[in-house]
Amino acid sequence: MERKEQVAPTPALAADQPGASAARLADAEARPLAELGRRGSRRRMPRILYSLLQNKLAVFGVFILIVVTFAAIFAPYLTDHDPEAGIIIDSKKPPAWSEGGSSEYLLGTDSLGRDILTRILYGARISLVVGIVAVLIAGAIGIVLGLIAGYYGGKIDDVIMRIVDIQLAVPFILLAIAILAVLGQGLDKIIITLGISGWVTYGRVVRGQVLSWRETEFVEAARAIGARNISIMFKHILPNTYASIIIIASFAVASTILAEASLSFLGLGVPPDVPTWGGMVSAGRDYIITGDWWIYTFPGIAIMLTVLGINVVGDWLRDYLDPRLRL
Amino acid sequence: MGRYIIRRLLQSIIVVIGVSLLVFVILYQTGDPVVLMASPDATREEVEELRRALGFDRPWYVQYLDFLKDAARGDFGTSLRQGQPVFSLIMDRVPATLKLAFAAFAISVVVSIPVGVISATKRNSIWDNLTMGFALLGQSLPVFFLGVMLIWIFAGQLKWLPSFGQGGGSVFNQLKHLILPAVTLATFSLARNARLVRSSLLEVMGQDYIKTARSKGLVERTVVYRHGLKNALIPVVTIFGLEFGQLLSGAIITETVFAWPGVGRLIILAIQQRDFPLVVGAVMVIAMLFVVLNLLVDLLYGVIDPRVRYS
Repeated sequence: MERKEQVAPTPALAADQPGASAARLADAEARPLAELGRRGSRRRMPRILYSLLQNKLAVFGVFILIVVTFAAIFAPYLTDHDPEAGIIIDSKKPPAWSEGGSSEYLLGTDSLGRDILTRILYGARISLVVGIVAVLIAGAIGIVLGLIAGYYGGKIDDVIMRIVDIQLAVPFILLAIAILAVLGQGLDKIIITLGISGWVTYGRVVRGQVLSWRETEFVEAARAIGARNISIMFKHILPNTYASIIIIASFAVASTILAEASLSFLGLGVPPDVPTWGGMVSAGRDYIITGDWWIYTFPGIAIMLTVLGINVVGDWLRDYLDPRLRL
Repeated sequence: MGRYIIRRLLQSIIVVIGVSLLVFVILYQTGDPVVLMASPDATREEVEELRRALGFDRPWYVQYLDFLKDAARGDFGTSLRQGQPVFSLIMDRVPATLKLAFAAFAISVVVSIPVGVISATKRNSIWDNLTMGFALLGQSLPVFFLGVMLIWIFAGQLKWLPSFGQGGGSVFNQLKHLILPAVTLATFSLARNARLVRSSLLEVMGQDYIKTARSKGLVERTVVYRHGLKNALIPVVTIFGLEFGQLLSGAIITETVFAWPGVGRLIILAIQQRDFPLVVGAVMVIAMLFVVLNLLVDLLYGVIDPRVRYS
């Protein structure tokens, strides 16, 4: 597996890091060239913003993410309905624009008379919180283990990489199901589960990069002036892997949101009353034959758009930070 | 080469044992299933009796070593619910899952390579923009949502295709049952592979040896297919191999949506019923499939890319 993990270090970012004097020098020479490539950029506009605005898809993605975040934060102010308790006589009302719909329920109601739009707004909270927190946990585990494996090498590296192999040999969702079976239902449990099962990618990529940075001159210099291992790992090597970590994390938020939705769909996530997009699609499955399409279609679209938004932003981030990174 | 294979096989065995240990420990934490199995009006003594009879009163590592000893001889224990050997229960379901996964894999490979190649050769054309747009959408669609939508459209509205089960009888009937689940399962990997083939080919087409091929006066088609695609497929094959494991993962959800009688559904059911031996056995079978496939892909890698040396 060794040869697949060789990921080129990213000089562009290295320049900003303390101790990266060699890389900084190299970058200074490259700078005038880079400047030439940026004709038309306004002086004051940060490079990252300029790059973003050049990419229409990414702007669209950012727009979606702003809307979803807004919905998640302000859900209680955006709707008068209760996300968990419905009015049973209003059950299975179609969307407002179709026959039999009412403007009271813009996207219709589910089988328990709960407003679909309201549940989608509140569902955004679960998706975002799970996506972000689980990715932070997974990232923290993966970064630390990847640093240790790459830096110390030898036996400890063997052990960590075997754990990686083992975890890669079990389908992600299967591992999550097994852990959830132990922990039981609940938001905190789903976050922990997805956090534990998602660290492998970070671990592998960080390790691969540490291997190539370990031998560089600035690390040797740090060692020569007596820096401790911990400080070399975290202060000198880690910052050089930030680009990859950010890219991995951005895609990981998308896949984690998908995983949460899948687990909720299987009925293994949070209790069924709590509005989750996956759970809503699952609940709507019983009404495919009766033709109440709105019950499952709108939450499904919500998942799709959110994941799409994150993916296009992730694509752009990769192009911007490190086009050579393969995940 | 031979030594490499042997070393990899040994590593694979360690991985599979590790997987079994992981699952065993995790499931052990859920508590033993005796309480669920005993009849509701059983006394405390009767429950204890059953626990001893089934061996659940021993420490977990003793249970685990026992399990490993039996597993080495192909005996994965007996299902607690169905009273049949776990191994045969799983093997009964493996064909259905493999059928689904292979069908999805075939769809993914057969569609993604031409789509990616055409997109790369006609970069920024309408075709390129359209297919890559669809690919982006396909990558963002949850498997279960796609399944539900396909059932709604093709089974609910149009009534063209059946929505659940594997079907029996004629090959035609079985194929009809296979279409929706296979398309559902294939979509994600199809979308990703199409994008991967495109970007990989674009990268290769910028290399010097492609310029050399062009300057030799070769026909563009030869340049693209003989010189470009062959090299562009190297990273793609790696992903295809890893993909199969992800397909097995997606199969768990697809099988649930379409009531497909495969290993995935068996596992979900077994977890809900706390049928330990069945869960551990099924996970091990999937892990073994995955590990063997990975090895095959690594070997295939050497065939495609002669620069790779096995050491």
